[in-house]
Amino acid sequence: MLNKILLLPLSLLLIASVSHAGPKIEHWQTENGARVFYVNAPGLPIVDLRIVFDAGSARDADKSGVASLTSSLLDEGTGKLNANQVAEKFEGLGAQYGASSLRDMAVVSLRSLSDEAILDKALDLFSQVVAAPTLPEKSFQRNRKAMLVGLQVASKRPNVIASKTFYKQVFNDHPYAIDGSGTEPSLTNMQRQDVVAFHKQYYVASNAVIAIVGEVSRARAEALANRVASGLVKGERAAKLVKVAGLSSGITKRIKHESQQTHILVGQPGMHRGDPDYITLYVGNHIFGGSGLVSRLSDSIREQRGLAYSVYSYFSPMREDGPFMMGMQTKNSQADDALKILNNELKSYVTNGPSEDELKRSKQNITGGFALRVDSNKKITEYIAMIGFYDLPLDYLDTFNARVEAVTVAKIKDAFKRRVHPDKLVTVMVGGEK
Amino acid sequence: MHLVSILLLSATLAVSFTTPLQAKHREGVSDVRQYELDNGMKILVKEDHRAPVVVSQVWYKVGSSYEHNGITGVSHVLEHMMFKGTKTLGPNEFSKIIAANGGRENAFTGKDYTAYFQSLHKDRLEVSMRLEADRMQNLSLREEDFVKEVNVVKEERRLRTEDKPTSLTYEQFIATAFQSSPYHHPIIGWMEDLDSMRLEDLQAWYERWYSPSNATLVIIGDVEADKVYRMAKKHFGPIPASKIKPLKPQRETKQRGERRLKVRAQAEVPYLLMGYKVPVLLTAKEPNEVYALEVIAGILDGGNSARLSKDLVRGTQIAVSAGAGYDMYDRIDNLFLFDGRPSTGNSIEVLEKALREQIVRLQTTLATQDELDRIKAQVIAAKVYELDSVFYQGMQIGTLETVGLDHTRLDEYVTRVRAVTPAQVQAVAKKYLIDEGLTVAILDPINEKKENNKATAAKGADHAK
Repeated sequence: MLNKILLLPLSLLLIASVSHAGPKIEHWQTENGARVFYVNAPGLPIVDLRIVFDAGSARDADKSGVASLTSSLLDEGTGKLNANQVAEKFEGLGAQYGASSLRDMAVVSLRSLSDEAILDKALDLFSQVVAAPTLPEKSFQRNRKAMLVGLQVASKRPNVIASKTFYKQVFNDHPYAIDGSGTEPSLTNMQRQDVVAFHKQYYVASNAVIAIVGEVSRARAEALANRVASGLVKGERAAKLVKVAGLSSGITKRIKHESQQTHILVGQPGMHRGDPDYITLYVGNHIFGGSGLVSRLSDSIREQRGLAYSVYSYFSPMREDGPFMMGMQTKNSQADDALKILNNELKSYVTNGPSEDELKRSKQNITGGFALRVDSNKKITEYIAMIGFYDLPLDYLDTFNARVEAVTVAKIKDAFKRRVHPDKLVTVMVGGEK
Repeated sequence: MHLVSILLLSATLAVSFTTPLQAKHREGVSDVRQYELDNGMKILVKEDHRAPVVVSQVWYKVGSSYEHNGITGVSHVLEHMMFKGTKTLGPNEFSKIIAANGGRENAFTGKDYTAYFQSLHKDRLEVSMRLEADRMQNLSLREEDFVKEVNVVKEERRLRTEDKPTSLTYEQFIATAFQSSPYHHPIIGWMEDLDSMRLEDLQAWYERWYSPSNATLVIIGDVEADKVYRMAKKHFGPIPASKIKPLKPQRETKQRGERRLKVRAQAEVPYLLMGYKVPVLLTAKEPNEVYALEVIAGILDGGNSARLSKDLVRGTQIAVSAGAGYDMYDRIDNLFLFDGRPSTGNSIEVLEKALREQIVRLQTTLATQDELDRIKAQVIAAKVYELDSVFYQGMQIGTLETVGLDHTRLDEYVTRVRAVTPAQVQAVAKKYLIDEGLTVAILDPINEKKENNKATAAKGADHAK
C-alpha cells in the first residue's frame, strides 16, 4: 500500500515534466515567401490545410466589413467555375472548405482525405479559390445585402450590442475598434472594387502562413505548399498595426434594451501574442475567471450567489494588445449588484493576487491537461497556424508547461498590478427594466 | 484536502485483480468493446491511441422527454445539482478535483439523455470513474444549493430562450407540433415549472433514474479495453441495481391537418420554421425510409452545392439563409425541419412558398445521380473525419445506446445511405412531407418604430407594400 501511495505524486510529476512535448513542427518558406508550418500526423487518412492571411477586420480601414465580405466571396467562383460548380467539386470529393474572418486573420481551410487523387483535385481547386477568385458582382451584391440583414438581426441581440460597444470604447481609433460585420453606411457604400482591391493587397504570399497537418510526408507537404502558394503573387506583408493606447479613465455605457437580462462587459486593453507577461497573465486569469466552474469569478457569482449562468474573464491576445474582458448576464433587477461584485473581485485580485493553493491547482489543471490541447489534427492545425501567424517560437508548445510551472504568486501579483487597472475600466451594460 | 484523499483512494485501486473476467464481451465491427456489469451497467470502450488522452462519458436514460407537465426541466436542473456534492464531497468539489487532475468536464441534457463527461490525460481515468460512481449513488441534494442553482438555471433560460427570438419561436413551434408526445417540452423547462420546482422533485427524479442499470459508460482514448472494464467494475460494480419503471409510450396523437402559429417577439427580421412528422430509426417500420429522409436532408442542405443554398440563397435570392434536416437517432417520432430567413424585400410568405416548391420538386422529379453521388462522397469522408475527435465518437455511441439503438447501427450508416435510390427519395417525400403532418411557425417581429410608421401611413392613405 505504501508503495502505491508514494507512487502517486511521482506520476503527477511525470505528467508535468515528461509527456508535454508538443507535436514536431517543421517550418520553411515557399519560393515566393509564404511561411509554411507542417506536422506529420499519420494515423488517419486525412490532410488539414489552413492558410492564414494578415487580412482580418483590422485591415478594413474606412471600409468596415470589407475583410469579411472578401472572405465570404472566395468560393463564389474561380476561373471558369461559378459558385455552384466550386461547391459541387469540393463536396463531390468529400472535401470540406471553410473561410472565416477575425480581427487579425483571414482563415481559409481545407480538410480532405489524403488519398492522392482526391487530395490533388481538392487542393487544385482550393489554390484557385484562394489566389484567383472571380469575386463576381452578383455575389458581391448578394453577400453585401445579407450582411445588412445580419446587422438588423444583430441590432436586437443584447450580447452583440454589448460586444460592439465594448470594442469601440476600449480601442477607440485603433483598428481593433472596427467590427468585422460592417456598418450600415459602410456596407451601403461598398463597391465590388473594394473587395477586389482588398484581395489583391492582402491575399498574397508574403502575407500568408500555411499550416499543413496530416498523413503526408515532408516532401509531399512541400509540394502541396508550393501548389497553394504558387498561384499567389509575392506581394508584401501587411504593415505593422499601431500600438493600442491605454485608457486614461474609466467609462460606463448603459444601453437600454428590451430584454430580461442585462449583459455586462467590463475590461480594457490587455496583452498581445508574444507578450513578455503572456504566461503570467494567462495563468493569473485562469485562476481569476478563466477556468470555468472552478474560477474565482464563477465561485463568487454563480456558485455562492446564483446570479448568472455564465461568468468569465479572459485575455484575448492578438497581434497588438487585445482586450482583457470580464463578462456575465443577469436579470435586470440584479445587474447593478452583480456589477459591484464583479468589480470588487477584480480589485481584490489585483491587490492581493491568488493564494498559493489556487496557483497550485491552476498549474495542475493547465499542465496536467496539456495533452488535451493537441489531441486531434484539427487542434494541431489551429495551433501551428497560430504559432506561425504570430511569429512565436517553434518550441512554443514544448516549453509551455515549463513556463507555466515557473509562474509564482509574486509574479502574478506584479503582472496584474502593472497590466490591469481597475480604475480605468470600460463598463458596458445592455438591458434594463422597461 | 479532499484532493489528497481521492488520490489515495485511486492509488489503492491500482492493485490488480485476480478474479477472472466474467464480461459479456464481443467484438464490435466499429472496434467498440462492449461489457456489462452484473448490476446492468453497460460499458463501451473504444481504443484510440493517437494521443495520450481519454474521454469518459456517463449517459443516463433520462431527459426532457421523460418528464411531464408541471416538472419540465427537472432532468436539466438535476444535471446541475449533480455538481453540488455527495455524502463525502462538498459543492463544486467534483469540478475542483477534475480540474486539479488536468481535466476538462461538463454535462449536458437532451430530450432523451443526461450525460456527464470528463476529458483527461489517460493516467487520470480512474479519478473520473471514482467520482462518477460516487455521484451515481451518493448525491447530496441540499436546499441551500438548490435555491441558488435553480436561479442559475433561470438565468440560463433567460439567456438561451427568453431573450432569443428564434429560440422562443422554436419552443412554441415544438409545443404546437407535439401534443401528447413528450417532445412537446422544452429541455430547459417552462419558466413556470422552474419557479415551482422543489428539492423533493429532484430527489424523486434522482432516485428513479440514476442507477447503474439505467446508465452507459462510454470510454474512448488511449486505454486498454479490458483494463477499463476492470476499473469500471471496481467502481461501478458495487452499486446495487434498481428496477427502472418502464416509460409510458406517450406516442404522439395523429395530426390531422396543418398547424400554424405566430410568435411575436422583439426582433428585427422575420424567421420561418416548418416541420413535418417523420419516423426515426428506432421507430421506423422501414429503416430504408429513415435513410432516404437523411438523403433528402443532404439533397436540400448537405453543403453549399445543395438545393437550398443553390436555388434559394444564390439563385432566386429569396432567402439569406435556409436549412433543412432532422435527427434520425431520436428516441421517438420527430420532425423533419425547414427554417429560413427571407432576404430584404421578400416576405416570409414568399420564402414559405419557395420551400414548399422544393418539396413538390422532390415529390415530382427524381433526384439526379450527381446529387446522390455528392452526398455519398460527403458521407464517406465525414465518417473518416469524425475519427479526429474522440469526444464526438463518444457522443455518437452514447446517443445511440441511450435511445435504445445498438451502437453498431453507426457502422451501417454509410452503406445504408449509399443504397438509397432516387425512387426511394421521391417515395418518402410523398409519404411524409405532406400538409397533414405539417406545423409552420413564423417569428413576427415586434418593432415599435416601424409599427408607429405603419399606423401613421395607414391613417394617411393606403400603404400598399
